[in-house]
Amino acid sequence: MAALLEVEHLRIEFPTRRGTLVAVDDVSFSIDEGEVLGVVGESGAGKSLTGTAIIGLLEPPGRVAAGEIRLMGRRIDDLPYEEIRKIRGKQIGAVFQDPLTSLNPLYSVGRQLIETIQTHTDLSPTQARTRALELLQEVGIPAAERRVDHYPHQFSGGMRQRVVIALALCVNPKLVIADEPTTALDVSIQAQIIALLKRLCRDHGTAIMLITHDMGVIAETADRVAVMYAGRIAEIGPVRSVIKEAKHPYSHGLMGSIPKINDTKERLDQIEGSMPRLTEIPPGCAFNPRCPHVFERCRVERPELLDAGATRASCWLYAHG
Amino acid sequence: MFAYIARRALQSVLVMASVAFVAFALFQYMGDPINQMVAQDASAAEREALRRVLGLDRPFYVQFLVFLKNIATGNFGFSFRVGSPVAQIIAERLPATLELVFVAAMFALFIGVPAGVYTGLHRHGAMSRFMLTISLIGVSLPTFLIGILLILIFAVLLGWLPSFGRGQTVQLGFWSTGFLTTSGLKALILPSITLGLFQTTLIMRLVRSEMLEVLRTDYIKFARARGLTNRAINFGHALKNTLVPVITIAGLQIGGLIAFAIITETVFQWPGMGFLFITAIQFVDVPVMSSYLVLVALFFVIINLIVDLLYFAVDPRLRVERSVSAH
Ligand SMILES: Nc1ncnc2c1ncn2[C@@H]1O[C@H](COP(=O)(O)OP(=O)(O)OP(=O)(O)O)[C@@H](O)[C@H]1O
Ligand code: SF4
Ligand SMILES: [Mg+2]
Repeated sequence: MAALLEVEHLRIEFPTRRGTLVAVDDVSFSIDEGEVLGVVGESGAGKSLTGTAIIGLLEPPGRVAAGEIRLMGRRIDDLPYEEIRKIRGKQIGAVFQDPLTSLNPLYSVGRQLIETIQTHTDLSPTQARTRALELLQEVGIPAAERRVDHYPHQFSGGMRQRVVIALALCVNPKLVIADEPTTALDVSIQAQIIALLKRLCRDHGTAIMLITHDMGVIAETADRVAVMYAGRIAEIGPVRSVIKEAKHPYSHGLMGSIPKINDTKERLDQIEGSMPRLTEIPPGCAFNPRCPHVFERCRVERPELLDAGATRASCWLYAHG
Repeated sequence: MFAYIARRALQSVLVMASVAFVAFALFQYMGDPINQMVAQDASAAEREALRRVLGLDRPFYVQFLVFLKNIATGNFGFSFRVGSPVAQIIAERLPATLELVFVAAMFALFIGVPAGVYTGLHRHGAMSRFMLTISLIGVSLPTFLIGILLILIFAVLLGWLPSFGRGQTVQLGFWSTGFLTTSGLKALILPSITLGLFQTTLIMRLVRSEMLEVLRTDYIKFARARGLTNRAINFGHALKNTLVPVITIAGLQIGGLIAFAIITETVFQWPGMGFLFITAIQFVDVPVMSSYLVLVALFFVIINLIVDLLYFAVDPRLRVERSVSAH
């Protein structure tokens, strides 16, 4: 069985006056039906761009320069505008970081739900309204019959993010891309929203690409996790393995654990230095200036994703099995 | 909402009172009106008698209160120059100006808004660049020059349209309208373009920059992620969000049209209030001048109140102040 979503050798470029910036470089991963893939990495690693490219919403001049994105075996990265538009919302939903600004302030939440439902289905206005009410109840909005006609500013941040989730899931998409869905929210509400997202997607068999900085959320929610660094995937694998015994030196440092590779015993709670800017990515392995295990080959040749036990890591340490 | 409207209404009253004061003060600073009313050789006693009859001997504030009462009841006094009641003179001129301003405003809105949307959506298109260049001319050329150029081309060279006057008008009660005759409609074209061109280009540029702004917002990005059609996004979501600032500016500008009409009416010999005002200045016809000021201020105030009401229609955040606290 083919995976639900396959991303292969994705490369995202920004042509600028001073040359082309490669923001995402040779990224490959897949998501199965109903699976939760966590995506982590420092700010600027290319997480959001990857998600945006999947739903075809890269802002020009940004563009997919190479690679392929397939949904249920069908290539979607080269579709004409109208075709990819019909996939957005219907097959792939999206939830963004800031619930306060994701809703149009001038329309009631009901209107925005009904509009989305009617865009993708043949439901009549009354049926769409009934569905909108059900959705609001499903995402836990109290007194939904009354609230359906309220405007976004009448909801708290957490409630708004629930509405956003209802909007993203309103026609049962196969996949939801959730880009830091709780970062802007109160800490006390974050867990509720993640739990809600997870429950809804489990109930409907919806897969999630969950972009976040919060390793706790990943540990609790994700089936697999991809660690991104400087526009590339450093490591990808089952969530337990990546958290407990990350193989790539970068994800290892990110998890704040003690490296066990090559009998090195020094602590690496924090990785020295910072992620290079797009214009300053070194040749070879992008992590080599910060890597405690760097050796000759790392500076000349770029590592592919290699089998590293339970996970796959792009690191030359795993070149010979 | 009611409190808000009440507050705005009170502000309007204060604005009107201040303008009335300025209009009243005109009388005091334009020299002694008695001099213009009596014969050169009138005696001091005669002058005093007239002064008493006109109430000009009473204290300043009493005169002001009387003036306020008079204008509030539509009694604007008598024109120094023609001797007939100012209210009557203005009633004759008002329809000409209001029709001109109305057509110019429609022109500005129905050309300016779509042009702004178009240039906002097709930012890099050749047509957009062309329209923006043209709009620069509208912003930078002075009104009288545009009027004269239009007259030169369409009246003098091509002979298609009249260069002055209202054409034939039809009397509907006290209102004389140019909308019902061909010559009346033709006569409206050049003056209203002249009057409305600046506002058209201003509204176009405003709508364009607001569109560009709104199209960058998160809710538009999210609307795209929901798979809404471009049509729904551009017109349903983006355009509506540009309306609040556009209504503000458009309201001010339409008020401005009434004031700017002075120049256009002079260029086109348009028998409206602006033209009347210019003539009044030449003859120091103070009652006409001050009535004109009060009327223009009244229109400004009314337009501002309409703008406030439109806000409520457009923006739900203003409508429901109390439920913000509800979670
Ligand atoms: N329009 C653009 N022009 C040039 N570079 C861009 C543009 N948009 C994004 N980038 C670059 O692409 C890189 C990846 O951006 P992206 O938003 O995907 O990061 P991210 O991993 O989501 O980070 P964060 O955790 O901060 O959200 C960044 O270095 C950013 O500077
Ligand atoms: S390839 Fe080399 S530099 Fe890169 S992570 Fe592995 S050991 Fe470190
Ligand atoms: Mg991001």
